[in-house]
Amino acid sequence: MSAEIQIRVNGKSYETQVEPRLLLVDYLREVLGFTGTHVGCETSICGACTVLLDGKAVKACTVLAVQASGSEVTTIEGLSATAPATANGNGLHPLQEGFWEKHGLQCGFCTPGMILASVELLRTNPSPSQTEIREGLSGNLCRCTGYQHIVQAVEYAAKKMKSRKR
Amino acid sequence: MPAATRYLGKPLKRKEDPRLIQGLAHYVDDLVLPGMHHVAILRSPYAHAQIRSVDVSKAQAAPGVVLVLTGADVRGSIGSIPCAAQIPDMKAAPRPVLAHERVRFVGEGVAVVVATDRYAARDALDLIEVEYEPLTPVVDPEKAIEKGSTVLHEGHKDNVAYHWELEGGDLKAAFKKADKVIKQRMVNQRLIPTAMETRGVVADYKPGERQLTVWSSTQIPHLLRTQVAAMLDVPEHSVRVITPEVGGGFGSKLNIYAEEALAGYLAIRLGKPVKWIETRRENFQGTIHGRDQIDTVEVAFKNDGTILGLRIHVIADLGAYYQLLTPLIPTLTGLMASGCYKIPAIRTEITGVLTNKMSTDAYRGAGRPEATYLVERTVDLVAAELKKDPAEVRRKNFPKLSDFPYATPTGVIYDSANYPGSLDLALKLSGYKKLRQEQAKARKQGRCVGIGLSTYVEICAMGPSSAMPAGGWESATVRIEPSGMVNILTGASPHGQGQETSFAQLGAEILGLEPGDVNVIHGDTAIVPYGIGTFGSRATAVGGTAAYKALMKLRDKLAVLAGFLMGENPGKLVFSDMNIFSKTNPKKSIPFGEVVAAAYTAKRLPPNMEPGLDATTFFEPSNFTFPFGAHVCVVEIDQETGDVKLLKYVAVDDCGNVLNPLLVEGQTHGGIVQAFGQAMLEEAVYDEQGQLITGELTDYAIPRAADLPWMETDRTVTPSPVNPLGVKGAGEAGTIGATPALANAVADALSPFGVRHVDMPFKREKIWKLMQGVRAPLGARQDRVRAPLGARQNNGGRRSK
Repeated sequence: MSAEIQIRVNGKSYETQVEPRLLLVDYLREVLGFTGTHVGCETSICGACTVLLDGKAVKACTVLAVQASGSEVTTIEGLSATAPATANGNGLHPLQEGFWEKHGLQCGFCTPGMILASVELLRTNPSPSQTEIREGLSGNLCRCTGYQHIVQAVEYAAKKMKSRKR
Repeated sequence: MPAATRYLGKPLKRKEDPRLIQGLAHYVDDLVLPGMHHVAILRSPYAHAQIRSVDVSKAQAAPGVVLVLTGADVRGSIGSIPCAAQIPDMKAAPRPVLAHERVRFVGEGVAVVVATDRYAARDALDLIEVEYEPLTPVVDPEKAIEKGSTVLHEGHKDNVAYHWELEGGDLKAAFKKADKVIKQRMVNQRLIPTAMETRGVVADYKPGERQLTVWSSTQIPHLLRTQVAAMLDVPEHSVRVITPEVGGGFGSKLNIYAEEALAGYLAIRLGKPVKWIETRRENFQGTIHGRDQIDTVEVAFKNDGTILGLRIHVIADLGAYYQLLTPLIPTLTGLMASGCYKIPAIRTEITGVLTNKMSTDAYRGAGRPEATYLVERTVDLVAAELKKDPAEVRRKNFPKLSDFPYATPTGVIYDSANYPGSLDLALKLSGYKKLRQEQAKARKQGRCVGIGLSTYVEICAMGPSSAMPAGGWESATVRIEPSGMVNILTGASPHGQGQETSFAQLGAEILGLEPGDVNVIHGDTAIVPYGIGTFGSRATAVGGTAAYKALMKLRDKLAVLAGFLMGENPGKLVFSDMNIFSKTNPKKSIPFGEVVAAAYTAKRLPPNMEPGLDATTFFEPSNFTFPFGAHVCVVEIDQETGDVKLLKYVAVDDCGNVLNPLLVEGQTHGGIVQAFGQAMLEEAVYDEQGQLITGELTDYAIPRAADLPWMETDRTVTPSPVNPLGVKGAGEAGTIGATPALANAVADALSPFGVRHVDMPFKREKIWKLMQGVRAPLGARQDRVRAPLGARQNNGGRRSK
């Protein structure tokens, strides 16, 4: 049994026959090859598989590919294209830049999900307090950093994105 | 380390990050090879059972299935899982890669399926029919060593794996001289390391070249190559191990696992590349666990707070089998039982016990968090008994600065330290005096506030080979390519620590280049000379020193060549700004690239100089290093719910000299938060049947961002004399220092309730129960901000505000 899905991923359209049970994360990783989205727990606890589905952060390990049909998905590979290049023209989204500047990652496995969850956080709250950042990222687990540098990375990006808007 | 540096000791951002933040890195599950098959493993649902039969016929016939094998099928072809640790009179407990005859823990592999598709492989697991005859599970380690307990392994008379003892000083005299003796039992619970990336293996065999390549998410590629070759009985040079990006380890990937050999075997047998990716549930059931000790401590002390002796008994739950270092880990607790104190007499006795659980092994800290926890809790028990400030009792027992290098009564030699220095700084940064005043005020208001301290020392930079099961040195090769670009090849294969950056800083500093000119290569046994790996906070102190020595060899060679070309004394040259300058005449210089080119064109070389620029060092450290520090924290307990909130955390760590302070800070933060996890949340729970009931992240809670306050970190710098860089190691200190600070804070908060000690984790229910039945211990009742829940219940259940 298979179903046809039509989906836009990182600005490009795809039409694919998939098994109805195929998870969105497996579709992105194994069918399309966007391996920047990681699988950490298969139970939507860890958030490593977070992607943007029509602009909202979802955990792709508990979304079926067929549920995403007709939608637009942004993975870490497509993130920088969603934001105009930052001031120094490095081609990174301000959040990617913040994680780099503030040492917001170590092993990097949670990082794509953490960054995309932060995109959602800053979309809904452009000037979050540290407490709001911590609460906003509580659906994403990191075992390396102890989160403090991640909080600073998000603060860095928030500041940068606000100054760009002005 | 040079006095004035350009890159060393500077917080450079990481070279690793651009690929990681853009989704361009490749972890093992990101690898795709043409014609690749997928592997899934059927695991035992029983903790202890006899396998009567395994019927794979339906699975074998399922769509997409290529091969199904049982333990009986592979037993003659793949050797058992190796254990490198040897303890005198230790009983053998070999584990086959797939169980045959008997399973001994929930999650032990029973059969393996290979299919053309990942989903098909997992579907087929459900079609395998296994007939088990359940046996009595042995779960509680104290009951496991009682007479009459079911015995796990054939040929054993009981479940005791080994006895180990270490004693130094006159313990009898110490206890005789003591004014007081306290005895306390402390449980250091079982933990699950939970790297965010589970384990995974890809294996590919090229029959023409007779080359097996194994990509594995491991901390020890070279040791893995040696062991996989041995397990499969193939020549070592026909196996290549590559570690792609590794998504965290914390000790859990410092091991040789069944699946690594199985994948290699299947790739050879099928002539097809195979991939196995561990699920989170498999990771919880079948990747090593950590800690799991029941410690009983007796401390002899004088009324002035001087500690005279410690008698420690450890029951270490090893699980059902030995993994690579399983039996060794508890002995590190014995080694570090003196803590950062001058204790004249210490005896540690360890009983290693086999139970129907996953093996314990090295989890971040590995034996030292257990030692620090029991020593630091003990010091607080002494302080509480004597009604003294815990900071003062600590100070009283520190060795003097002139005692260093300090030899503990059990023969461990601490390299260098300034314990009062780090304690003073931590007290100052935390405003300790004021914290105590605020605590007194809070208690009067009926608030349950606790302050916790720990001063720790740990043993790391593992280590001299004499003390390590598989060698304790590390290798580095430095190659300066003809263009002047530098490659550093390190055997210390990192997995998030940032050596690609810190070693590049080292190379740039020594050769007068930019960090961008220095590339760090690791994790490929076909390219990198044999190495030991990254664990035990050793990568910088041992691996970094090896890189330093290899760099110095090439700098010396370049200096001779430059001196020859410039007509200058090689001893009077400085490497800086991509040039080699004369010290006496800075106008006289030669570009670095020109000297490098001369080494390769080899037309004008000094007599007897070989062409090329390539140097390898195997650095053997003379001792371990001993980082130390002092942590202070404040907790408040909600008396209505038992919820423990961490309000403040101050950490002062001393890991000697530092190559990149940003990386050290990251290690410290991460370590403290893993300690927080142990103290507050984490506990691997097996029920009476040996079922792991915390078998997913839904049931095993690790810290989230919102659980934590801002952590304030600082450092003192006491260089280690053990290596020329003066570095000690920073990977595990946070985990070692923080757990007891948090535990001491909770015990301090609960002291008005008559609580002397409470075991981790400090979950609400446990803490709430401890506070029940104690009437109004804090302040005057009418001053209460929040009435205790017990009072409400006495009030007919109505909420009084």
